[in-house]
Amino acid sequence: MMAGGGGPNGPVVLLGPQRQGYGEVAEALEGYGVRGRVALIAAGWQENEGEDEAVRQALGRREVVNLELHRRSEQVFAEDQELAAAYASRQKQLQRMQEFYRVRLDAIDDGDAAVSVRHVDAALLEEERQVTVRQLRHLDADHATRCSEVLEGFEARWRTWERASVAAHRRELQALIAGCEAVLLAGGHVVSLMNRLRLFGALAGVGERPVVAWSAGAMALTERIVLFHDAPPFGKNIAQVLGAGLGWCEGVVVMPDLEHRVRQDHREGISRFVQRMAPARCLGLDPGARLDFDGGALVRGRATRLVEAGLVERGWCP
Amino acid sequence: MSHAIALLAAGPRSPQAIRAFLKSRSFPIVEDGQITFVWVGDAHEVRLRHWIFGLTTSQQLARLEGTDLWHLTLPLPAASRVEYKFEIIRDGHNHWIQDPLNPHLARDPFGANSVAHGAGYTVPSWIHRDRESPQGTYEVVEFPSEVFGQRQTRLYLPARFRRSRRYPLLIVHDGDDYLRYASLGPILDNLMARREIPDMLVAFTSSPYRLVEYANDERHARFLTDELVPYLERHYPVRAEPQARCLLGASFGAVAALSTAWRRPGFYGRLLLQSGSFAFTDIGDRNARGPAFDPVVTFMNRFREAPTAISERVFVSCGTYESLIYENRSLIPLLESTGMDVRFREARDGHNWENWRDRLREGLSWLFPGPFLMVYE
Repeated sequence: MMAGGGGPNGPVVLLGPQRQGYGEVAEALEGYGVRGRVALIAAGWQENEGEDEAVRQALGRREVVNLELHRRSEQVFAEDQELAAAYASRQKQLQRMQEFYRVRLDAIDDGDAAVSVRHVDAALLEEERQVTVRQLRHLDADHATRCSEVLEGFEARWRTWERASVAAHRRELQALIAGCEAVLLAGGHVVSLMNRLRLFGALAGVGERPVVAWSAGAMALTERIVLFHDAPPFGKNIAQVLGAGLGWCEGVVVMPDLEHRVRQDHREGISRFVQRMAPARCLGLDPGARLDFDGGALVRGRATRLVEAGLVERGWCP
Repeated sequence: MSHAIALLAAGPRSPQAIRAFLKSRSFPIVEDGQITFVWVGDAHEVRLRHWIFGLTTSQQLARLEGTDLWHLTLPLPAASRVEYKFEIIRDGHNHWIQDPLNPHLARDPFGANSVAHGAGYTVPSWIHRDRESPQGTYEVVEFPSEVFGQRQTRLYLPARFRRSRRYPLLIVHDGDDYLRYASLGPILDNLMARREIPDMLVAFTSSPYRLVEYANDERHARFLTDELVPYLERHYPVRAEPQARCLLGASFGAVAALSTAWRRPGFYGRLLLQSGSFAFTDIGDRNARGPAFDPVVTFMNRFREAPTAISERVFVSCGTYESLIYENRSLIPLLESTGMDVRFREARDGHNWENWRDRLREGLSWLFPGPFLMVYE
């Protein structure tokens, strides 16, 4: 994988928000017998990535090595102006594409709403709903592909890992991870996190070490990152595909904090979302949820699942 | 007569009974889709003065026979918010007062009005200072303007301001009033802290001659576009692109925002227009609103004749109790016909600062969605 530098050989645990103090992270590490040093990637916290005291406290005697990807990226952009300018231009392009994708999603949704109120027989309306799902799936796939092409084109042009400004950090990161028993991937701003993971190929040296990720960190490890919130301050919002994740955890779309962000009485919306994401399972990661992956496959866990009937199934186990 | 007044009327009507009635309720009385205004005192006549377009603006309160209690009941749909005063006529004199039985006041540049809330209306929580929301800072920006000479602009810098980052720029018309009467300072702090809008720089501009300069005045467009924005882009880390520039204004300020964008199509990618004074005529140029509106009518007629996509996203709001609701409603299909992304919100409110305050969260977060969608802690 471009962003991660190879998939994991060890176990991966995905968790929900850690508002209660990272006890679930400590428990996951304990379960894999991790007692020593652990690496922490908290680039999703952006400028606050150094504020890791709560994680350190929760992990007790285990030493936490903060890999400081955000700080490192700031250093890279300060030293390597050429790369910084190209990177900023890439991000602007991706932002525009995300905005236009969003305009097109709204248009499909408006069309769906206009058709759904017509007084015709139910079978035809159901058929039309399927047309909407197909349109959304096509648009999602097209957007994800185009975003990947932009990212791959950027890599091909700039070969970031080979640039002196990045390569030194990359070597340092691999050495730091080599000295750790496990890697933690914190939540936060999912775009910031993904971009730093890509820039440094930060997970390249993980090998067989357990990886424990929560919220945005969990999203980053799946095949497809989906942004969602049913009650934004501006009213209506349609879930959007952001692009590909690292793909370490297959067959799932993870939804941190689902209880707060998804309107659970909106059966039609849930049903459409599940069909849109199929065959991936749509799994909510709320506090207490946990998904264990081995070799990319979900092997056990407990989460909230959205089902095609438009329902929310709590306490679902694979 | 309202249920509450009917009950009172059926009783003894003694001073004690009136006192007990006043003590037992909050005023005005809101019940069953109605509002009952009450005033107690000696007067020749008592009138309700309000700013609800669609109802007679001055209405007489009736005296409850045998008492000095005056009352008037009007319909009040759910979620309404209305501002009013009482006009007391006594000894041949009349004076306007706030409702002494109602502690709720709404302030504006002319003073303060009493304010009543219909069932279901709640004052938004995000307008108040929140200890969890770090406060932005303000700087005074002053430069020699070729257009207007020396003029000050107050510039808001977000709490997390860093010179190394680049920020969107929001330009506010009647900026001092937005700060004073629409709580825009705490609102910006709160929405940014909650990541509902991105951190941004906000230029609070004000005009000493707003009825002239905001009424499609070419000098105003030049001042903002050729002087203020370039100055801010030179001295502050502002993102110099249309998607990151927004004009906000209410009433004549909304006309100024729309006409400035119209004069410089493509320069301002975001517009937030509140209760715009978008007066127009369908035939002829006769304007019933007065001479101050003449240049507005000329501009609006021209814009309506050939609307074009002058911006990218436009958020428009208006109160249904304003006379301008007709002009605003009829503008929406024209804006949409250009291909611009348009959102229109109506509220059961009047032409006032608290109406504009209450729409800011939706408007700003729609024009500038914050990182909340990207953040999963």
